[in-house]
Amino acid sequence: MDVLLHQILSGLATGGIYASVALALVMIYQATHLVNFAQGELAMFATYIAWSLMQAGVPYWAAFVLTVAIAFALGVVIERVIVQPVENAPILSVVIVFIALLVILNSLAGWIFTYTIKPFPSPFPSAPLFGNSYVTSHELGSIGVTLVVLVLIFVFFRFTPLGLAMRAAAQNPVSSRLVGIRVGWMLALGWGLAAAIGAIAGIMVAPTVFLEPNMMSGILLYAFAAALLGGIDSPGGAVLGGFIVGVLENVIGSIIGTELKLTVALVLIVGVLVIRPSGLFGKVLVTRV
Amino acid sequence: MARLLEVRALQAQYGPTKVLHGMDFGVEEGGITTILGANGAGKTTTLRAVCGMVKTQGEITFAGARIDGRATESIVRLGVAHVPDGRGTFVNLSVEENLRLGAHTRRDKNEVAADFERMYGYFPRLKERSRQQAGTLSGGEQQMLAVSRALMLRPRLLLLDEPSFGLAPRIVQELFEIFRVINQADRVSMLLVEQNAAMALRLADHAYLLETGRVLISGSAEELGRDEAIRRSYLGY
Repeated sequence: MDVLLHQILSGLATGGIYASVALALVMIYQATHLVNFAQGELAMFATYIAWSLMQAGVPYWAAFVLTVAIAFALGVVIERVIVQPVENAPILSVVIVFIALLVILNSLAGWIFTYTIKPFPSPFPSAPLFGNSYVTSHELGSIGVTLVVLVLIFVFFRFTPLGLAMRAAAQNPVSSRLVGIRVGWMLALGWGLAAAIGAIAGIMVAPTVFLEPNMMSGILLYAFAAALLGGIDSPGGAVLGGFIVGVLENVIGSIIGTELKLTVALVLIVGVLVIRPSGLFGKVLVTRV
Repeated sequence: MARLLEVRALQAQYGPTKVLHGMDFGVEEGGITTILGANGAGKTTTLRAVCGMVKTQGEITFAGARIDGRATESIVRLGVAHVPDGRGTFVNLSVEENLRLGAHTRRDKNEVAADFERMYGYFPRLKERSRQQAGTLSGGEQQMLAVSRALMLRPRLLLLDEPSFGLAPRIVQELFEIFRVINQADRVSMLLVEQNAAMALRLADHAYLLETGRVLISGSAEELGRDEAIRRSYLGY
C-alpha cells in the first residue's frame, strides 16, 4: 500500500510536468492545428539557460524568473521570424520547420553545453517535508509550482481581455481582424507563453532526469499522450491527461518494470486514437448554420 | 463636403481572377449607401476591398485618410466595422464573449458596459442567451450577434454584407428597423450590400447597381427604386 501511494504521488509530480508540456502543445495546436515537435527542445534549451545563469552566480529564483522571461521572448521571436513566414505553407512544410527547430535546438545545446550529463539543483530542501516518507520535497514542490502555473494560465485566458483576444485569434483569425485584434501578435504571444510554460517544466524536471540535450524527448512523448488523452483541442483536458499519464506511467511501470514505462505512453496514444480520437474532453463542436 | 468613404477606380482580384474592374462610389457622412447586384457581381468583394481583406488597386479614402493597402485590423481601428458574409461568429465562445471582442479596441469601460445594455435592448434574445455558446444560436440570432458585435466597436462606418440572407421576413423587418435607428440616433454611416433590393432601397439614400465588377447605374435610392425599367431588368421586383 505504501509503495502504491508513493508511486501515485511521484506520478503526480511527473504528471505535472507532462501536464505543463501538454498544455503548451495544445496552445500551439489550437492556433496552428499542428503539433509543435520542438516544444520539448525549447524547454530543454531554456533549462540550459537557467543552468548557465546559476553557474554565473545568479540565485535560483532570480535565474528561474529570468529564464522564463527569456524563454517567452525566444518563443515570440521564433514565431515572428520562423513560423510566420510559413503560415500559409502546406502542412508538411510547417511540420518540417518544427522538426528542423527540434534538431537545431538539440544540436545547438550539444555544441554549446556539450552532451555531458549535468546535475541540476532543486530549490526545495533535500529532507522530506512534514517528515513523510512517501514523497520527496522536490516532488511536492514541483507539484506546487505546476499547479500555480496552471491556475495562472487558466485565469489569464478565462478572465483577461488579452486572454480572450488570444483565444479568438487562435479560433477565428478572420473575424478577429474584423474586430481589430492584431492576430499576428496574438499568435506570437501564444508561442511566448507556451515556451515560458515549457521552460518552467524543464527547470522542474531537470533535477530528476538530469540536464542533457535529450532530457525532454521522453517527456514530449508522454506530454503528447497526455494531450491526446485529454483531447488535443482541450487545454483543461490536456492538464488532466498529464496527471493521469504521470500516475499510470509510474504505477504500471512499477508493476511491469521500468524498462517498459515508455510503452505505456505509446499504448495510450494508440488506444486513444482507436477508441476515442477526440480524447476524454475534446469538444465535439456544436454548430447550427 | 467630402464624403466619409470615397472610393475611386477600385480594382480587386483573387489570384489571377479580376473581380472588380474600376469602381467609383462613396458613402456620405451619416448616410446609407446600398450596392445592389446579382450573384457574382462583386458585392461581397467590394466590402472586403474596403477593409483590406483582398488585394486591391485604386484609391480608398476614409475620413480623409487613405486606407487602401493597410492591414484589416488597422482599418477597423479607424472605425470601420464589418458584418461579414457568413456572419463570422466566434462559434466556440459565448454570446457575451463575442460582444466583448467587438469592443476589443476600446478602453472606455463604462461606455462599453452601457453599450452591452444597448445591444441587449435592441436584441433581447441575445441577453437571454448571453452565456450560451454562440455556435448554437439560430441563423437569425447569429446575424443579430454579428450586427451587435460590429456596433460594439462604436464604428463611424458599418459595412453590412447581406444581413437579410437566410432570415425569416419578420426578422429582416426588425433588423432593418434597427439599422434605421442606429443610423439616425447614433449617426453611424452604412454601406449595405443586399440581394433584397426593395428593402435596401427603402433604407438607403444612395444606390449603386453593380454588374460583373462595374457600376452600371448610380443615383439616389429613390430614383433607382422608381425607375420601372431598372426595376424590372435588374432588381427583379
